[in-house]
Amino acid sequence: MCLGIPGKVTEIYEQQGITMGKVDFGGIQKEICLAYVPEIEVGEYTIVHVGFAITRLDEESAMETLALIDELGILEEELGVPDEVSD
Amino acid sequence: MSPMKYLTEFRDPEKARILFDEIANITTRPWAIMETCGGQTHSIIRNGIDQLLPDKIELIHGPGCPVCVTSLEMIDRALAIAAEPGVIFCSFGDMLRVPGSGKDLFTIKSEGGDVRIVYSPLDAVRMAQQNPDRQVVFFGIGFETTAPANAMAVHQAKQLGLANFSMLVSHVLVPPAIEAIMQSPTNRVQGFLAAGHVCSVMGTWQYEPLAERYNVPIVITGFEPLDILDGIRRCVIQLEAGRTEVDNAYARAVQEKGNLPAQQLLAEVFVPADRKWRGIGQIPQSGWRLSDAYAEFDAERRFDVGGIVTQESAVCRSGDVLRGQIKPHECPAFGKECTPRSPLGATMVSSEGACAAYYQYGRFATLEQA
Amino acid sequence: MSDLDFEGWTCPLPLRDHPNIILGHGGGGKLSAELVEHLFLPAFQNEHLASLGDSTVLDLGGQRLAFSTDSFVVQPLFFPGGSIGDLAVHGTVNDVAMSGAQPLYLSAGFIVEEGLPLATLGGIVTRMGEAARAAGVMLVTGDTKVVDRGHGDGVYINTSGLGLIPEGVHVAAHRASPGDAVLVSGTLGDHGMAVMSVREGLEFETVIESDSAPLNGLVADLLAAVPDVHTLRDPTRGGVASALNEIARAAGVGILLEERHLPVKPAVQAACELLGMDPLYVANEGKLIAILPGEHADAALAAMQAHPLGSDARLIGHVTEAHPGILAVRTAFGATRVVDMQVGEQLPRIC
Repeated sequence: MCLGIPGKVTEIYEQQGITMGKVDFGGIQKEICLAYVPEIEVGEYTIVHVGFAITRLDEESAMETLALIDELGILEEELGVPDEVSD
Repeated sequence: MSPMKYLTEFRDPEKARILFDEIANITTRPWAIMETCGGQTHSIIRNGIDQLLPDKIELIHGPGCPVCVTSLEMIDRALAIAAEPGVIFCSFGDMLRVPGSGKDLFTIKSEGGDVRIVYSPLDAVRMAQQNPDRQVVFFGIGFETTAPANAMAVHQAKQLGLANFSMLVSHVLVPPAIEAIMQSPTNRVQGFLAAGHVCSVMGTWQYEPLAERYNVPIVITGFEPLDILDGIRRCVIQLEAGRTEVDNAYARAVQEKGNLPAQQLLAEVFVPADRKWRGIGQIPQSGWRLSDAYAEFDAERRFDVGGIVTQESAVCRSGDVLRGQIKPHECPAFGKECTPRSPLGATMVSSEGACAAYYQYGRFATLEQA
Repeated sequence: MSDLDFEGWTCPLPLRDHPNIILGHGGGGKLSAELVEHLFLPAFQNEHLASLGDSTVLDLGGQRLAFSTDSFVVQPLFFPGGSIGDLAVHGTVNDVAMSGAQPLYLSAGFIVEEGLPLATLGGIVTRMGEAARAAGVMLVTGDTKVVDRGHGDGVYINTSGLGLIPEGVHVAAHRASPGDAVLVSGTLGDHGMAVMSVREGLEFETVIESDSAPLNGLVADLLAAVPDVHTLRDPTRGGVASALNEIARAAGVGILLEERHLPVKPAVQAACELLGMDPLYVANEGKLIAILPGEHADAALAAMQAHPLGSDARLIGHVTEAHPGILAVRTAFGATRVVDMQVGEQLPRIC
């Protein structure tokens, strides 16, 4: 339901009484409303939906998820799971 | 390949292969899992994830696309407002092609209506400031993820004293829909992938009572291929073990409490309301409308379209498709009266709807066999 | 919830064909194709139209002539990397070149809105002149009409072009054959996203520039290296997906692309992510698709990559006997999905 894209906050400012900012998405910048992530700091990542930052992206959790998948891979290898997918 | 941080890493084919293998390893029985969100469905279809899962795992595409589930009646109200002289009608892009009773917003535009696509609801507020002699109406659709944006737009219009801004609100909520699905006597869904971004806003706590009451595992899941695969993996682990818990597979974006500042403004701007869902019918307390404090910004009142009532006529079986009762090609209208070009049901309207996806892939599979 | 009738979940009546022209009829997708098929072809019917290529090939006194026309209504008139003026030259030069022809002469028709600053029109035609000289073509005839204020977005331009097809060159959509390689001359979606970045309501800051460029030089180099090019197409409106769907249908073949081989600039990819769009459907104005026998793919690629406008050329897929009329993509995970033509133009999604 909800296209949400991670981006990096590069600027924070007030506009018409609302916290706004610039967010960089892999090389393109867009003005985004930051009112719902008051704790966010420049350099941190957020997830943006229809021009609004809806949450701070927790970088540590992101790394944990990826590390967990790698661990599964190592386990599979040790258990000798047949690799059916070929390129 | 995109170097977008926290996006690219979650599309890694090597890591995906690990998860596909793992899911195949842990699945011993057939399971029907519903991904609730249209964004998840899009990702599944776009990457062909459903084709690579074990046959025992069936993904049922849920009613989680806000564009598809917006009721016919609400679209007819939107069309009536957009056709009013002097109105600038603003909408998210994907809403313009969704048909009401006889027309869509593109048709209204071709007949002289001033219909504009905006990226953010705040763009519509800005448009109202720039056009003080015009009535600017924003079509406020969406689930809980979009609601904070729409709430902020109305809130800002009030702060700025914009008398020429209003919103046609058609907000829908996930938990009542999950409840409606689980209460259906013919329900087949055994586990849910809950919508990650909805939970970014609302938190995970809302789902605890649902998992308990209906004995169903609910895994909060993201949208990239690795997120979806990890969500399925965690759901299967619970199903195989007979557990029915709420599990968060999207920890980088979802906290238990959700986004408190957003919830605070939502509580001020919106109140729960009954809502009709396209192809499903009315579900009690399954949506939001503007609270009394913001009633002056209600486009339904301002344009007196509340009297427009549209019955959804029984032609296709997208309801059965949505609940996983039948496969799209088992509907008698599929591919005949009903195609992506002239859709009958919500599931054919959206390009990621189950019927549209089947239409595309079915065409391919049939031809490959031939 | 006892009043909920689940067995009676119902659906709306279908949306019938639009009685009026809607924007999607100009979007290069299914609506455009239907308009051509049901309205224009029956009215104009003749054997030259039937090929439905970017340009028509005419036999005139023993010479084969490529003839094409195109109209330009882009908003805004100036965008990152170009303007409506150079676009109007490049668009028609490229349409003519896609028959394998060397474009020679262009016409230009201007529909100007009352009130347009002369300096604006001056800036546009100056760029047109420069673009024509750079492409090696001459603007040899033209026309100007002015419409009431409010009846046009500043200026619309139509250009038509003529070119000569060299001996031995036979480029046409229907020649795409199983076993052929599908090549693209560079990154996808640059033009569409450059224009999108300055469109009201969707603006974003970016370094993306339109790829608007004349492709006749690239075509000449390609044909010199591989004379037996089967099909050329410049994937403008509707993008690579629409162009390849049209070719698959015209030739009665299937086309299979490899998703991981599709060249997309990171910033274009990012803009597509943000707006929920697919680069396969986004417009290009300086890229071509070449379909040619598989054994010549390396030579063709080398020739294209040696040209400045083809440095990012890639082999992106192949033509197959399987699934005739259908374009499919093998995803990064090894699954296959059908890539159909869009109904109208691609819209930003929230979902």
